[in-house]
Amino acid sequence: MSDVGGTGPDSTGIEAMTDEDVPPEYPGARPPDRLRTVDSAGLTIQVHEWGDEAAPAILLTHGGFDFARTFSVFAPLLADGGLRAVAWDQRGHGDSQHAPLYSWDADVRDAVAVLDSIGSDPIPILGHSKGGNLMLQLADACPHRVSYLVNFDGLPGNWAAPDVSDHERSRMREEEIRNWLDRRRRAADASRRPGTLSELARRRADMNPRLSFEWLRYLAGVGARRDPDGWRWKIDPTLRMGGFGPWRPDWALHRLSALGMPLLGIVGLQPEQMGMGVTPESIQAYLPPAARLVAFEDTGHFLHIEQPRRAADLVLEALR
Amino acid sequence: MSEPTMLRHVRVDLALHRLQDGPGHPLLLLHGLGERSPAAVPGWAASWPGPIHALDFTGHGGSSVPVGGGYTAEVLMADADAALAHLGPATVLGRGLGAYIALLIAGARPDLVRGAVLADGPGLAGGGSVPGSPYVIRLDPAQPAAPDPFVLAELSRDVRPPDYAVAFVFQAVNRSDLPDPIVVSATTRPDWLRAVVESPGVRQLSTSEGLALYARPAP
Repeated sequence: MSDVGGTGPDSTGIEAMTDEDVPPEYPGARPPDRLRTVDSAGLTIQVHEWGDEAAPAILLTHGGFDFARTFSVFAPLLADGGLRAVAWDQRGHGDSQHAPLYSWDADVRDAVAVLDSIGSDPIPILGHSKGGNLMLQLADACPHRVSYLVNFDGLPGNWAAPDVSDHERSRMREEEIRNWLDRRRRAADASRRPGTLSELARRRADMNPRLSFEWLRYLAGVGARRDPDGWRWKIDPTLRMGGFGPWRPDWALHRLSALGMPLLGIVGLQPEQMGMGVTPESIQAYLPPAARLVAFEDTGHFLHIEQPRRAADLVLEALR
Repeated sequence: MSEPTMLRHVRVDLALHRLQDGPGHPLLLLHGLGERSPAAVPGWAASWPGPIHALDFTGHGGSSVPVGGGYTAEVLMADADAALAHLGPATVLGRGLGAYIALLIAGARPDLVRGAVLADGPGLAGGGSVPGSPYVIRLDPAQPAAPDPFVLAELSRDVRPPDYAVAFVFQAVNRSDLPDPIVVSATTRPDWLRAVVESPGVRQLSTSEGLALYARPAP
C-alpha cells in the first residue's frame, strides 16, 4: 500500500496495516484493568478502572477535550499504591456517548452517576483542569459524597479581564456568538478530520505544546478510532473550545471557600494556552481551612502527564 | 393544526408550526417554559397581518426529547436560530423563558430578527442573577415525554445576570436596522428584565402595540 502517513486520508478502504496503523505503547502507560459503562439518565458513560476492585476508590475526572485514558500513566501509579482508580469519559469525550445536549450541570450529574456505581460512601475525588472545576461544584453540591478533593491545575481563577476596550470586547463577543450559531447550523453533518496517528498527534500538539510527540501519538492510539479513510479523534465533532455564557469565574471562587473536606491542590506554574493561569498568590485568600496547595515550578498545565510520579506520590501521601 | 415542519438542530428535531398565512414578513412565537406552541393564532396576535409560525423548543411539544438533559438558554437560542434559518427575517415574540430567548436571538442575529417582543409567561425569571446553592438534579425518566423534566428543572435554575442580558440588548440596538428593536410587554420584571427596560433602544408597550410597531414594512 502507499504510505498512509505521506498521502493523507484519501483511501476508501482499510488497507494493510503499517506502523502508522498500530496504536503505539508508551512507557508506564497501562490499559485499564476493567471497562464498564454507567447509565446517566439514558446516556451511556464509559468508565475505566485501574487497581484492585476491593481497594479504596478514587474518582478521576479529566479536563476539557481530554478523556479518561489521559490518566493511562498516572492512574496505574495510584493503583500500584493501593487504590482503585476509577476514571470516566465525560459525555461526548473518549468512549462515552455523544450527547444531544451538553452543559456544566449535566457533566456534574454524570459524575454523580459514576459515583453511585462505586457506592454510597464518601470517597476522594480528583479532577484536572475543567474536571477540577466540575469536582469543585460536585463537592459543594454533594459534600456527603466526597471525603477528599484533589485538584490538578483546575482551581478557579479571579481572572482579570483581558486588556481590551469595551468596544473591542463587544465586537469579539458578537463574533463568538455568531460563529457558534453558524457552526450549529452545520453541525448535524460534522465529522472530525481524518489522518494518520502521527498527523493526529501533530494537530494535538497545538493544544499540548509541552507534551512529547511520543505521548501525543500514544494518546491518538487510545483516543481516536480507525475509520476507512483514516483515524479520527473520538470526541464529539459538535464540541468546540471556548464559548460564551453567563458564567463568571469568581462565582467558583466562593464555592472553594465553602468546602469542608480536605483539599490538595497542585498547580503547574509554567504558563500555557490550556492552563487556568492560577498562581498560589491569586488563590490563597480563597482556600478553605483544610487545604494544602503545592506548586510545580517547572511544570505546565498537564502536570499529571509531565510529572506522574511526583503527582501520584502527593495524592497517595494525602490519602494515607 | 396542520403537521409541523421538522427542523434538524444538531441531534434534535424541532417542530415548527404554521399558524397563519399572509403577506409580509413572518412572526415567530416562542412559548414559555413547559408550554408548547398554541394550536391556533392567540387573540393577542390576531392583528398580525403576515404569516405566523410557532416553534416548540427542544424537549417541548412536538420536538424531540433528548436523553440526559443538559439544557441551557443558549442552546434554546440556537433552536430559535434554526427556525430563523428556515423562515428568514422575522419578528419574534416570546413568552416567559421564550422572552429571554427572544432577547438572546435578537442580539445574536440582529440581521434576522425584525423586532423582539418580550411578554409575560412561565420561566421568565430563571434562576436569578447569581447562582444559588448548587444542586445535582437526578431524574430518570423511563418514558421520555415532553415537556422534558430536565428542561423544567434546568431552565428554572439557570443564571441570568442583568449585564449579560444587557449585552444582548446592545448588540441588537447597535446592529439592527430598527430604531427600537426590543419591546417589553411583560409586567413581571426579574432583575435581568428590569435592566433590559432601562437600556436605550428598548420600549415598554403592550403586546399588541409591540406587534403593530414591528408589522410595519421595513424602512
